[in-house]
Amino acid sequence: MLEVKGIRKSFGALEVLKGVDLTVNRGDVAVILGPSGSGKTTLLRCVNFLETADGGTLAFDGEEFRLGHVPRRDVLRLRRKTAFVFQSYNLFLNKTALENVTEGLIVARKMPKAQAVELGRRALDRVGMSGRMDHYPSQLSGGQQQRVAIARAMAADPEIIYFDEPTSALDPELTGEVLAVMRRLAEDGVTMLVVTHELGFARTVSNQVVFMEDGAVVEAGPTREVFERPREARTRAFLQPGGQSE
Amino acid sequence: MDERLLGIVLDSFPKILIPGLTATIPLTVIAFSLAMVIAVAAALAQFARVPAVTQLCRFYIWVFRGTPLLVQLFVVFYGLPRVGITLDPFPAAVVVFSLNEGAYCAETVRAALEAVPAGQLEAGYCAGMSYLQTMRRIILPQAMRTAFPSLSNSLIAMVKDTSLASNITVVEMFRAAEQINAVVYEPLVLYIEVGLVYLLLSTALTWLQGVGERRLGAYQRQEG
Ligand SMILES: Nc1ncnc2c1ncn2[C@@H]1O[C@H](COP(=O)(O)OP(=O)(O)O)[C@@H](O)[C@H]1O
Ligand SMILES: [Mg+2]
Repeated sequence: MLEVKGIRKSFGALEVLKGVDLTVNRGDVAVILGPSGSGKTTLLRCVNFLETADGGTLAFDGEEFRLGHVPRRDVLRLRRKTAFVFQSYNLFLNKTALENVTEGLIVARKMPKAQAVELGRRALDRVGMSGRMDHYPSQLSGGQQQRVAIARAMAADPEIIYFDEPTSALDPELTGEVLAVMRRLAEDGVTMLVVTHELGFARTVSNQVVFMEDGAVVEAGPTREVFERPREARTRAFLQPGGQSE
Repeated sequence: MDERLLGIVLDSFPKILIPGLTATIPLTVIAFSLAMVIAVAAALAQFARVPAVTQLCRFYIWVFRGTPLLVQLFVVFYGLPRVGITLDPFPAAVVVFSLNEGAYCAETVRAALEAVPAGQLEAGYCAGMSYLQTMRRIILPQAMRTAFPSLSNSLIAMVKDTSLASNITVVEMFRAAEQINAVVYEPLVLYIEVGLVYLLLSTALTWLQGVGERRLGAYQRQEG
């Protein structure tokens, strides 16, 4: 469903992505692991056109695009098939929880308001936030904000949801509630591409793992294989207890 | 207070208040509304870094913030007829006050736009919205909330600055007081009186500012 080939991106003289390949099939929960600074965020941002990649190709639903040359119309159209959950939530600060979910439906997808509100309520219910629909982001905890962000992402029924370290900004006692919501999405068959440092989540929820380092893919494959029989020494070291803190 | 003074005060009060209602307030309302349109347009163009338009905005702001309001009034009202542009006093005042105020407020709005976290625009994109949709629904409302106290200050300052329009023969409150004074010669009483009417207007606006801030502030209220 999503196939990225040879994606390259530099910031000035710093080459951040050095030709990365990535494939996500429908129903996959793919996880990107790797030390910080390895280019994981940049990869997700390029795939959703928040950054313009310097080169490579992207195929979505069989439609192929040359990265760096994607017309604005196609960017908008592709973004409406996807959703993004940020590390720092990025809820619309001037909108309530419910409005955060309905905004994209009403404004971008031209859905009638009543229908959007109905979908919004259901989405917030699924993330356990139906009691806080009229709260503004400033009135919600980090974990609650991230759950609203996930409701916002799934309400439009996207073909894939990108997650960029969705629990990294949260206090440890709040990560559980967000991971539980993501686990449920995975069980419902939602296609997800998740950058995370939560190895437990990666191991138990994902079916594909990509291990990145220094702007390149070191190892990729089915989760069981990568966790139980990592081929590369660097992957092995990273997956060891405490191996990520470096 | 002796009877003659009391008579002057009572007699002059409506003569000052009526130009307030027919000139000071309309001038303020019209010019400030136009200034807001100019300010938002100039701020959005600069925020989006539209090439030539950004340069034009910088030039406009540079000129209007860098020269005295009184000079601008004189140039437009007394100067422009030399090149065939003759305006009546009130329209001339509207033009100058909107351009002058627009230049200041453009900077206020631009700063407020820059202060909206970058993630808000990206969140709009990821929700499928276009740049314009995100600006209109997300970024601009947040920026206007941030800019509101500062814009209110500008409005209050402008009410008082409209007294300068007396210099181009607009019969607003201050000129009305001057005209009465020319007859009865009681400068202390009359100028204090007109000052008090300005104070009344500013006080009303300050109160409105408070009401507005409480309403707009809803989304920034913290729980508990
Ligand atoms: N906008 C940017 N400008 C310049 N350098 C950037 C920018 N974004 C990321 N980088 C650099 O690119 C590298 C990879 O960053 P990132 O993709 O955030 O890695 P990760 O998400 O794996 O921690 C880092 O060295 C980072 O400093
Ligand atoms: Mg990152």
